[in-house]
Amino acid sequence: MTDRPLTKNIDMSREPFNLGQYRHAGGYDGVLRMFKEMSPSDVLETVKNSGLKGRGGAGFPTGLKWSFVPSGDNAPKTKYLVVNADEMEPGTFKDRLLMEGDPHLLIEGMLIAAYTIQANTAYIFLRGEYLRAEALLRKAIGQAKEQGLLGKNIQGSGFDLEIILHTSAGRYICGEETALLNALEGKRANPRAKPPFPQVSGLWGKPTIVNNVETLCNLPGIIRYGVQWYKNLGKGADAGTKLCGVSGRVKKPGCWELPLGTPIRELVDDLAGGMSGGYELRAFLPGGGSTDFLLPEHLDLTLDYDVIGKAGSRLATGTMIILDDQTCPVGMVGNLMRFFSHESCGWCTPCRDGLPWVDSIFRRLESGEGKDADLQILTEHLEYLGPGRTFCALAPGAMAPLGSALKHFREDFEAHIRTGACPWQK
Amino acid sequence: MTDTQLIASSALKAQARALTEEELREIEHELTLYPDKRAVGLEALKIVQKHQGWVSDESLLAVANYLEMSAHELDGVATFFNLIFRQPVGRKVMLFCNSVSCYIMGCEKIKARISEQLGIDYGETTADGEYTLIPVPCLGDCDRAPVMLMDGEQQRNLSIEKIDELLAKRAIENNSGSGIRQ
Repeated sequence: MTDRPLTKNIDMSREPFNLGQYRHAGGYDGVLRMFKEMSPSDVLETVKNSGLKGRGGAGFPTGLKWSFVPSGDNAPKTKYLVVNADEMEPGTFKDRLLMEGDPHLLIEGMLIAAYTIQANTAYIFLRGEYLRAEALLRKAIGQAKEQGLLGKNIQGSGFDLEIILHTSAGRYICGEETALLNALEGKRANPRAKPPFPQVSGLWGKPTIVNNVETLCNLPGIIRYGVQWYKNLGKGADAGTKLCGVSGRVKKPGCWELPLGTPIRELVDDLAGGMSGGYELRAFLPGGGSTDFLLPEHLDLTLDYDVIGKAGSRLATGTMIILDDQTCPVGMVGNLMRFFSHESCGWCTPCRDGLPWVDSIFRRLESGEGKDADLQILTEHLEYLGPGRTFCALAPGAMAPLGSALKHFREDFEAHIRTGACPWQK
Repeated sequence: MTDTQLIASSALKAQARALTEEELREIEHELTLYPDKRAVGLEALKIVQKHQGWVSDESLLAVANYLEMSAHELDGVATFFNLIFRQPVGRKVMLFCNSVSCYIMGCEKIKARISEQLGIDYGETTADGEYTLIPVPCLGDCDRAPVMLMDGEQQRNLSIEKIDELLAKRAIENNSGSGIRQ
């Protein structure tokens, strides 16, 4: 048993485990037992009961997501599993660690997910820039094929699975699951209307599950050690562990596996070593660029989906971005707005037109040409680009840091307008 | 199809270059992995770019013909993705992360140094055809910011000194004779 099921094999100072080393450490034991002892519906129940929530950002219960896939004799024969490995959320660097650190863990997780929904083909949709992850995954897939852990009739189970590695070419919107499916089909990666949901009609119209890398990496532990063990890993309401990262002006930026329910302070002060000399913590984004700012008073909150949700933000990817007292908050949010504006796919009008407008206002503010009316216009955009107004979650995600910044850093915005300059540019 | 469209499409077809044997072999391999030809579009563009350095109109038309799809549709895909280059780039492409963690860690100063040393801004290529500088969204290495991906290698914890060192190496390579690249 382990209390670090995601990272127990990871040591970034050496090459990741090859198949032999991974098996020696108990890898694939769970999946082989699963083939012998568990039906797909047994696995589904186990994952449902484990309380695993998706680690890509939305936190949707994984078992519940899977349960929407048609099963039984009348279900379509072709189904797909797709791994969302298009890690591109600003400030997020966790899936890279898993893929570069222990690629067989992902393959084992994929076997469990594909078996549960009875998919015989799985695509890994990998970020084009993740070249090392690509090389390591290709090698690991090759090893698994050679040893009969992928392919036809895996280990005499009667179950077939082929894994295909697809590398993308850089576009944030591909992380949205329906946009990702369009990209895999060779189309422009615009999101699709839902319903139908991918679970029913996804890739090439077939039932499809899209899961994040870290979500899938949770499965081998759950199958091997069971639901109770998994639940006990979490310190609070949420089950399991989570990869959490810290970037910005801290002494030891990095990414660690922590029990859900750990106080944020432990992550920022103990593991990341606190703020670098001469810097004070001003605020932080708890889970990547699409989350609302939290303040130093929130450091004692625990890393739990609901706890952070009640504080007005989201745990999302679990990778914290620290705003220090010597970085201009307007500049930081302006940087995020430029990113979201650039990465809007252009499909729906509020996002395509609204984000560049927001971006242009930030450019004005930063260069000292902001007007009083700008803050009102920005505030209006929170509604125009908010949840329910756009085709997908990109623009509402962009509004999270903007809205919270307008609330918490109002005086900084006003200072830019009043003095006609950025107070941080001396 | 109208007559004008027909003429336009055959004129376009005539502009296509022939794909090389290696390109065809690699694209054919990709075709075995997907149930639909069109799905290979992006992979095929990446294959062409790997061999040619970028995707010219002639290359795009060749791929579109091969995959039996319209050139406009394929160009829609090509121009959608940040890493498909529809104009020539330098031998080394600097994919410079300018997202939020790198911003906080001072990437703008690093970028200014690169621009100063090479005389290029984002989207530009040095006169000697060696370097192209392109901003990219978060490279997922935020604990080692600022970062860039150059010539397939991730360069981390960038500083002014490190940039000077990387670019000094380039000066030495360039002066050590033109034989290396042949």
